[in-house]
Amino acid sequence: MFNNISYLRKELTIFKAINKWLKNFAYELQNMFFFSLRMLGAMFSRPFYFSETKEQLYLIGVGSLYLIVLTGIFAGQGFALAFSVELALFGAKDYLGRIMVLAIIRELGPVLTSLMIAARVAAGITAELGAMKSSNQIDAMVAFGIDPIKKLAVPRLISLIIMVPALTIICDIIALFGGYIISVFIAHVSSTMYWSSVREKLIFGNIFIGLLKPAVFSFVIAFIACYKGFTSAGGTKGVGRATTDSVVLTSITILMVNFFITRVVFALLKGYLL
Amino acid sequence: MIEFKNVYFAYDEKLILKNISFKVNASEALVIMGPSGSGKSTILRLILGLECPQKGDIIIEDKNICRMKESQKQNIRKKIGMVFQDGALFDSLSIWENVGYYLLEHTNMSVEEIGQKAIKMLGFVGLDAQEIMDKLPEQLSGGMQRRVAIGRALLSTNPKVMLYDEPTTGLDPQSAENVLGLIKKLHHEISIATIVVTHQIADAVALADRFIVIVEGEVVFDGNLEELSRCNQPKVKGFLAPFRKSFFKVAQKKFIEI
Ligand SMILES: Nc1ncnc2c1ncn2[C@@H]1O[C@H](COP(=O)(O)OP(=O)(O)OP(=O)(O)O)[C@@H](O)[C@H]1O
Ligand SMILES: [Mg+2]
Repeated sequence: MFNNISYLRKELTIFKAINKWLKNFAYELQNMFFFSLRMLGAMFSRPFYFSETKEQLYLIGVGSLYLIVLTGIFAGQGFALAFSVELALFGAKDYLGRIMVLAIIRELGPVLTSLMIAARVAAGITAELGAMKSSNQIDAMVAFGIDPIKKLAVPRLISLIIMVPALTIICDIIALFGGYIISVFIAHVSSTMYWSSVREKLIFGNIFIGLLKPAVFSFVIAFIACYKGFTSAGGTKGVGRATTDSVVLTSITILMVNFFITRVVFALLKGYLL
Repeated sequence: MIEFKNVYFAYDEKLILKNISFKVNASEALVIMGPSGSGKSTILRLILGLECPQKGDIIIEDKNICRMKESQKQNIRKKIGMVFQDGALFDSLSIWENVGYYLLEHTNMSVEEIGQKAIKMLGFVGLDAQEIMDKLPEQLSGGMQRRVAIGRALLSTNPKVMLYDEPTTGLDPQSAENVLGLIKKLHHEISIATIVVTHQIADAVALADRFIVIVEGEVVFDGNLEELSRCNQPKVKGFLAPFRKSFFKVAQKKFIEI
């Protein structure tokens, strides 16, 4: 009988813990939502910090370029290599270009680019803002009558909105060239064959998805990274935790959002994707 | 000028300030003392509107800062200079950019003009401007950083209130003396309302003639030096006990001066 009660109590604590966790989660989600709204609002109101935005454009765009180039080269070639072997079995090597376009432009380009930027830039943003927070610099900024969301978050948001799609395009192009190298030198598909098959699939629908995704992901990265930075607490350790959270959360969210965009856009754009 | 009316404030569920009420007039200097963790810095944060009290009102220039929108708060903040406990210099900006921060952000002055003003201000707080102006904050000693922070707070368009959070803690006696002299000079010359948080009783006496002692989030004393030296409340006595001797020495010296 006593066993029963302690069992019940244990169950209750577990239930309480889950309840608490859920409450925290809902609370955090709600805060993040309102924070995102504030960021969006701040984007369209004065003052604008041009020099900060320029600096961020450079840091995020040019700074990530080497990473994206490497990603494009190796992802494109690896993918082409794997598929050329498989397609050769069916005597369908000539279709390599089409598959490359579908895989790279619709899925791999946007997702890989955004994940790379999430790893590099989101971590950087969260760590920087978190360190500023923990050394009172953000409070000092507020004390000077400056809105830190406008001054710190908006330039990063704008830079990401511009740079994630731009870097995705670069990644796409480089990956397609990687595919070209594989198909010509290893799979022995002629150059004209490869490019004409690529062109067949370079249609509005695919390009549209390929650009919509990085645009959406740039918001995901900016919202989560800035939110985690501004709300980090607990000193150096807290900044470390916030940075880890930020990378994990942006990466997972990007993958989930990617799935939903593919799903929804497929339903809506059926006719344009053939 | 600044008035706290029955202010209660809690972080999460922990009550930090309980029923705080006091008033500071324009051109008055007030020292807030109290043990570590008693809520002194929190009071300064409330004045700046960085936190909002759960209960009670904070009136600044006849306006209730707790009920303001963010944009209105920003206008009030521009009239308040704050020196944070740890300096809180912007570590990615050079020293002169730190000092000229307010002007760089809120005015159309040219960079040269602001640079000149920053150099003048660095001289005013007793630093060798030519030597340090292009350095980063981390390349300066703690005491120098503190003085840069004071310079930064001063170089705004006429602050009406200056808040100093432990401006002399961790400084050598000479630098502490300089900083105190600076605070006093400012208070007398420009006659702005000044609130100084400090642990140092000697500093307190040197700076102001009105004292508030806060213990565990409650105001346990509010009055002048004479009242403080005669105060019999256990909590006040408890707080003063460690520096009883030096306190009376300073107090006596002060009375002799008068
Ligand atoms: N961000 C925060 N979250 C939770 N509690 C906090 C936070 N900041 C301060 N506190 C708590 O509030 C209380 C008062 O802090 P405050 O910084 O005002 O003390 P203080 O009087 O300035 O102390 P000191 O003399 O050491 O600077 C402390 O008990 C502290 O633990
Ligand atoms: Mg303090």
